[in-house]
Amino acid sequence: MNNALTLLGLLRRQPSYGYDLKHAYDRYFGSQKPLAFGQVYSTLARMIRDELIRALGEEPGAGPDRKKYEITPAGQDRVQQWLFTPDVPSQTLQSDLFAKTVVALLVDDDADRLLDLQRAEHMGRMRELTRLKHEGDLLQVLMCDHGIFHIEADLRWIELTGARLTQLKKELLSA
Amino acid sequence: MKTTPTIPALLSVRNVHKDFGPTPALRGIDLDVHPGEVLAVMGPSGSGKSTLLHCMAGVMPPDHGTVTYTRPNAPEGSVEISILGEAARSALRLSEFGFVFQYGQLLPELTAVDNVTIPLLLAGTKRREALRKASGLLERLGLAGQGEKLPGELSGGQAQRVAIARAMVAEPAVLFADEPTGSLDSLAAENVLTLLLELVREVGTTVVMITHDPRTAAYADREVIVRDGMIGAGHRVAA
Repeated sequence: MNNALTLLGLLRRQPSYGYDLKHAYDRYFGSQKPLAFGQVYSTLARMIRDELIRALGEEPGAGPDRKKYEITPAGQDRVQQWLFTPDVPSQTLQSDLFAKTVVALLVDDDADRLLDLQRAEHMGRMRELTRLKHEGDLLQVLMCDHGIFHIEADLRWIELTGARLTQLKKELLSA
Repeated sequence: MKTTPTIPALLSVRNVHKDFGPTPALRGIDLDVHPGEVLAVMGPSGSGKSTLLHCMAGVMPPDHGTVTYTRPNAPEGSVEISILGEAARSALRLSEFGFVFQYGQLLPELTAVDNVTIPLLLAGTKRREALRKASGLLERLGLAGQGEKLPGELSGGQAQRVAIARAMVAEPAVLFADEPTGSLDSLAAENVLTLLLELVREVGTTVVMITHDPRTAAYADREVIVRDGMIGAGHRVAA
């Protein structure tokens, strides 16, 4: 997830103080890891430098930063471009699990066992996310579902790879 | 030193074998299911998981090995299901177990509420009382006002909730579910599973649920994987 573009996207709704922006981010996206104030202000500074946002001036009052930030037309364009540029699906094909499986077969170790260990780990995480989604609001449901469906895809890969280990080993050793 | 007494397994499967002609379906299964547990039995098609469920539930006897059922709160009342005759197994299934299948298997000519009353009527409950219980459970499962519909007039998710009501109306000690959401779309499956799990936890029913779907299995407390008629067996990697 791109934190800078997400913050910029939130600024498209209305001009905001850094403090309010951080809390809006945490509300929608920060349930796993809230954003640090330092990161918010350093990101805002970079976006000012890149002319994606501008500061509307300092207001008197309490608080660490009373500057309000507004998105610029260039910032609007950048958000638009981000929203409608599809992400690359499965950018990294060679996962660590793939590497472990191949190495285990090459060194004649127990590839099946490592797949089983990984499956148990995946199922544990899936149970955790399934529980979490039933405790939360729809936003949390969607977030958990995203994780659950990705874990499901991994589990399918693990099952299929498990069934192909003999064939894979033969190919690797004959290469 | 004080030791915690061990709670006996509700269902205990030991070295169970089952063949269909020359084809071995189960090849030495050992498995314990504990009271109140929700267990998912996973595995690829043809791995033997349905056969295992049938042996555990007394639908069919194993060729070798034992399946022992220990009634909750009555450890002295253990029953070795695997050696019971057909009539005794049938009586045990009726009094202690509930069943849910992939396609509900409701009786098409009976209304939803009448389908749900069946286990109660078979157990000798008066019809009025059976109808009252069945209607209450249908309402609990979000089917208020649907009781007089025939199964063919219900959506897949609704029909499966009726099947769950029928399986749970007599508050069985064990619910055996074979791909209970296999015929439903993701959202309907999720609703059905959520309701099912709420209900079994409320009643204290133990669940043995067959599924090939990890998302369904994630609702369980733990899962076992059946492959080639064995539990926990890995994919055999030829040298």
